[in-house]
Order: sequence, then C-alpha cells, then structure tokens
Amino acid sequence: MAHAHAHDGHDHDHHHGPDKGIMRWIKTTNHKDLGTLYLCFSFIMFFIGGLMSLVIRAELFQPGLQFVDPEFFNSMTTMHALVMIFGGVMPAFTGLANWMVPMMIGAGDLALPRVNNWGFWILPFGFAMLLSTLFMPGGAPAGGWTMYPPLVLQTGNAFPMLIFAVHLLGISSITGAINVVVTILNMRAPGMTLLKMPLFVWTWLITAYLLIATMPVLAGAVTMLLTDKYFGTSFFTASGGGDPVLFQHIFWFFGHPEVYILILPAFGIVSTIIPTFARKPLFGYASMVYATASIGFLSFIVWAHHMFTVGMPLAAELFFMFSTMLIAVPTGVKVFNWVATMWRGSMTFETPMLFALGFVFLFTLGGFSGLMLAITPVDFQYHDTYFVVAHFHYVLVPGAVFSIIAAIYYWIPKWTGRMYNEKLGKLHFWLSAIFINVTFFPQHFLGLAGMQRRVPDYNVMFTDFNVVSSIGAFAFFFSQFIFIGNMLVCMFGKRDGKVSDRVWEGTHGLEWTVPSPAPYHTFEDPPQVGENGEPVSAGQTAKAH
Amino acid sequence: MSADLGPAETKRRKRRSVWELALLTVAMFGFGFAMVPLYNALCELTGLNGRDKGMQIVASVQEQPDLNREVTVQFLTVVNGGREWVFKPAVSEMKVHPGQLYTVNFVAENQLDQDVVGQAVPAVTPGKAARHLKKTECFCFNQQPFKAREAKDMPVRFMLDPELPADVHTVTLSYTFFDVTELAQRSAKPNG
Repeated sequence: MAHAHAHDGHDHDHHHGPDKGIMRWIKTTNHKDLGTLYLCFSFIMFFIGGLMSLVIRAELFQPGLQFVDPEFFNSMTTMHALVMIFGGVMPAFTGLANWMVPMMIGAGDLALPRVNNWGFWILPFGFAMLLSTLFMPGGAPAGGWTMYPPLVLQTGNAFPMLIFAVHLLGISSITGAINVVVTILNMRAPGMTLLKMPLFVWTWLITAYLLIATMPVLAGAVTMLLTDKYFGTSFFTASGGGDPVLFQHIFWFFGHPEVYILILPAFGIVSTIIPTFARKPLFGYASMVYATASIGFLSFIVWAHHMFTVGMPLAAELFFMFSTMLIAVPTGVKVFNWVATMWRGSMTFETPMLFALGFVFLFTLGGFSGLMLAITPVDFQYHDTYFVVAHFHYVLVPGAVFSIIAAIYYWIPKWTGRMYNEKLGKLHFWLSAIFINVTFFPQHFLGLAGMQRRVPDYNVMFTDFNVVSSIGAFAFFFSQFIFIGNMLVCMFGKRDGKVSDRVWEGTHGLEWTVPSPAPYHTFEDPPQVGENGEPVSAGQTAKAH
Repeated sequence: MSADLGPAETKRRKRRSVWELALLTVAMFGFGFAMVPLYNALCELTGLNGRDKGMQIVASVQEQPDLNREVTVQFLTVVNGGREWVFKPAVSEMKVHPGQLYTVNFVAENQLDQDVVGQAVPAVTPGKAARHLKKTECFCFNQQPFKAREAKDMPVRFMLDPELPADVHTVTLSYTFFDVTELAQRSAKPNG
C-alpha cells in the first residue's frame, strides 16, 4: 500500500525518503512501511489459513472420508487456527496500529522504530518454521491449537518447531505491544490528554497491556511442554506427579485475554467508523473507555469457562460462570453506544460503514451464543461441538476480520491517495455478509444436535447442514478476491487526485489533517490539540508541504 | 503530552516505560511457572482434583470404627495409552465403616515379553473426600517393576477417617497405570 510512496515527488527533500528496491522493506524503520508490511503479511496468512479451512470444509462436505487422512485433517484444524490467530488477525491489527496510532496521536513514528522492524521480521521466520512442518515426516502438529498434553506430546518431529514458532510469534507480539504502549504514553501531541485519544488508540493501549501480560505466560506454558517431552520434567505428565489439567489452566489464563486481544482493536475501529458515517460524535466516549478497561480486567478472571467439563468443584464452576456473564455488561454498553451513535444520525452506507454495521450485528450474535456457552450446565452439552465452532467464528470472522476489512476500506484512501471502487466494495460486503452466515449459522444447529469438533467424519443425519456450510465457505473465500483486487488497484493504480485530505465528509482527528496520500513522514513537529480534541495548529506534517 | 517536555525528558520517560514493560514481561513469564506450585498448593488445600494426599503415606492411624455409618468405596482402574497390561481390582466395590482399616488387592500382569516399570497414579472422587481417604500401604507410593509376563497382587491398605463429610455415601478410588520404563531408566542413570 505504501509502495506508492516510493514514487512520491518528495524524496529529494532533506529528510530521507524511502530507499529503493527490496532493501527499503528489509531495513525500514518507518511506521507506515512496517504497517504495510504487517498488513501484506497478514493477508498472505489469511490466504494460507483460508486454504486450510477449505480443505476442512471439502472433507466435511459429505460424511465419510473423501479427500484427506484423519491425521492430516487434524493438522488442518490445528494449523488453520494458529495461522489465522497469530498470522492473520494479530499482525493485521499490529499493522493498523503501526499505520494509525502515530498519526492519530500526532507522533512522528513509533517510539522504538528498530524494535518495530525486528518485531515484524521475526514473523516470516516463525511462520516459515511452523508451515515447514507440513512437509515433514510425521506431518504438522495435529493436537489442536490449544496444544493440550498429553496429546500434543505425541507430536513427532513437528513438536519442537511448533514450540519455537510459538516463542517467535510471542516475541514479535510483545515487542509490538511494548512499542505501542511506550508510544502512546510518551509521544502524544501537546493537548492530547488520555481522555481525548481516539478510541482506536485506547483499545490498542489496553490490548497491548493484555499482550504483555499474557504472551509470556503462553511462552512459559509451551516451554514446560518442551521440557516435559525432551528433558524428563513432569509438569503435565501424570505418571511423574504432574497434572495435564494444569496446562489447561495456564493455557487459558493466556487464552482468554487472547480472545480480547483479537477483538478490542476491532471495537476501536468500529467506534471510529460509525461516528464518521452517522455524522455524529461517538455516544458515550468515556463509557466506551471504561467498558474497554473493564473487559480487559475481566478477561483475566474468566479463563476456566473453557474447561467446565474438566472436573472442577461446584464453587469454581459457579464463579467462572458468573464472571463470564459479567463480561456481557461492558460489551452491552459498547453495542448500545454504537446504536445510540447512529440514532438520528444522517447516515450514509459506504463500504466501511457497511462492514462496521455487519460487525455490530453479527458480533452481537456471536456474543449471544457466548452467553449460552457461559451457562455451565448447558456447556456440558455444547462443549467441543460445532456450537462452539460457530460461536467463535461469529466473533472472529464477522467480528475481528470484518473490522479489519472495514478499517482498510476506511483508511486506504488516506494511505494511497486513491479511492477504492465503491460498487465492488459494496458487492464484496454483501457477498461476505451473506456467505459468512451461510457458512457458520448452520453450525449452531449441528453443534446443538451433537456434531463434534475436530473429527473428519460425521453421522449422516448432519449431512444437509454440512453441505450448506461448505458451499458458504467456498463462496466466502472466493468473494475475498474482490477485496484483494480492489486494494491492489488502490495501491498500484494511477492516482486520480479526487481524494481530499479529509477523505470522508464526517471525519475527525489528526490523521485527516495530513495530505492524502499520507507523506512518508508525518508530524515531525507535533500539532497542538485543542479542548475539543481537534488540532489548533496543524503542525508541520511534512517538510515538503 | 510529553512532547512539550523537551527531547531529553521525553527520551528519559520512554526509556523508563520500556524498562517497566520489559520487567512486566519477565515477571509474567515467571508467573506462568509460578502457577505450577500455586496450583499444587490450591489442590492440596481444597482437595481439588482428588489428588491431595493420594500419593502420600500415612504412617499410623488410630482405628475408631463408626459402626453406624456405611460408605461404599468403588475401585476403578485404567491402563494409560493402551499398554499390554492387565490391571484390575479384586473386588469392584466394598462397604466400609469410617475409622476402620481395610485391605483391597489389585491384580496386575505385564503381558509383554520384556521388563517394564509401572507407576499407578491415584485419584479420589468426590474431591472433598480425598483428604479423608488415608492409606497406610499402597503400590502407588513406588514405581513397580515387572519382569516379562510377571503377574503381581498389589495390596492397598486404607481407611476413611470419621471426619468424612456426612453427605458422602460413595467414594471412588481410581488408579491409572502408566508405563514409566523410560522415565525410570533415565533417573537410574546419573546425569542421564
């Protein structure tokens, strides 16, 4: 996306413009370049993870074993999850943070540009390791992305690759998170107090803290797995006095905050887009901030709702049930605030707004099935069924992924100086919104009827819904090429000069005060932010202007 | 905010933030490991998971049979990972009086043509009964070596103490037998 900057006319001013050629991307410490790299990387991963999901859906198109071995099928479910979470959604959000956080708070770059470069370039190596296991004897990890022992300890040669890949991805996330926190706490433009920050910045600040607090715990857990397998320890080996259930506790102590890491930035994006296209300020800004913080806090005390069936005392089951339901309160505050923002607004429905609205509606549906799963007694029925699969795909695909798509449609005119094709954007939205429901809605019914996760075969009575779901999955996957094409035209197409600095009529905030496309360096001298959060003096966005 | 503080002060603050966050990262890495003893302590304290004193020998107990109360004790056995092993209790359940010592025999037979070492791991359900099941003798206290095709009778001597909560009428004592031949060999060789 920022590739276009290479051809800017501003290269020859006294600031360094981007280098030429491939070394620009390898050596870059520019937040916009790294944001672009993160986003492109995440789209490659979305593509690979998407192909894996198509293998899964092709196999599940009919009962019986058609295309792949059960072992390979399990590898696909495991790798699909790891690739989509750690390679798709998280780098995409980090990419958006790279691009937008400095521009939104009036900073010249992130606080630690070299660390930023390093954090990104770990990722391709981590994923090269992880994906290389697909070609190893014994195959890729197939014990589920949650890596529960003792099953995961039976993984063959892929096991150490899996562990070290998780370590690398963890290091990358932590460096990214530290960078974001240091930037937000220390580099805000004068006048930009904490409670004037755009909500995307707020949600990312809290996400970054969650990352710093939980990724090391995951690193510890997988390290224990490694020593259990190769160094004779018995953290999780029952025969040596360990306890496999302990792993589940440690894993989900990471895992539950992780799901908020995957959704809080989405809340920030939607809270930015809806006011723009409703042409009203966000309803209840402060309550949004506090709701985000409460969700962040609550995420640390609900983890065992992932393991209700593991055999916990009644008191623990009740505690985790009620604390889980409590999360619905701040989340509900957010949903009501979004709706109240739209209330009597003069709304228009450009593509980013459509995706944001799709997010609000479909994410809420996913939230409702989450509430059902929170009820301990019924969870014994739902546990490890397709109901769970439907639930977390509703919050992750029309949730996190729709928000990423919305963000890109929303900001790409600012990044590249070229408007995307609105007709194709709308077509992309409607195909996505329809087929995501075709894919995942029937899975609720399958789960309630008792179809298990992570099994390549099923009872013939589940056939019809599985056929529908598979058709939806293929159609959804191929609809995304409209998006890719649309974005490629924005990145590489000729600029038509029709994009103004504000891009959209209802935009507010510092990022819209810089020219479109955003110059390579912005806010080298910070702007002064006034009482209302709008800039008083624009600052010098780029020396050339 | 701090951009108006001057570059030196901003730099100092940034450095401070980085150190704080790096420290938090290291601390949370440590916390992951600290969860192991924390979890064990919690299990000990609450009898969670039915682990509790299961692995510990009780040296002496005083017999004070409560003849008015009868509790059913069930015995369950599992062989982990489909090993070639027979492992079962001589009786599947018995009625006991709290405060009296009983002996139950478990039969184990190695069906392989090679020597193996087994380790039984006990669990008690319900969890709140775990601390009240006292064992003076159990094969689970030690690793059990088996010669090829060897069969053994392995006794457990146990007592339910009279403080067993009144609402417990059935206690299940389960043993899972693990093949720990590799583990035993490793610890037999020093520095191995």
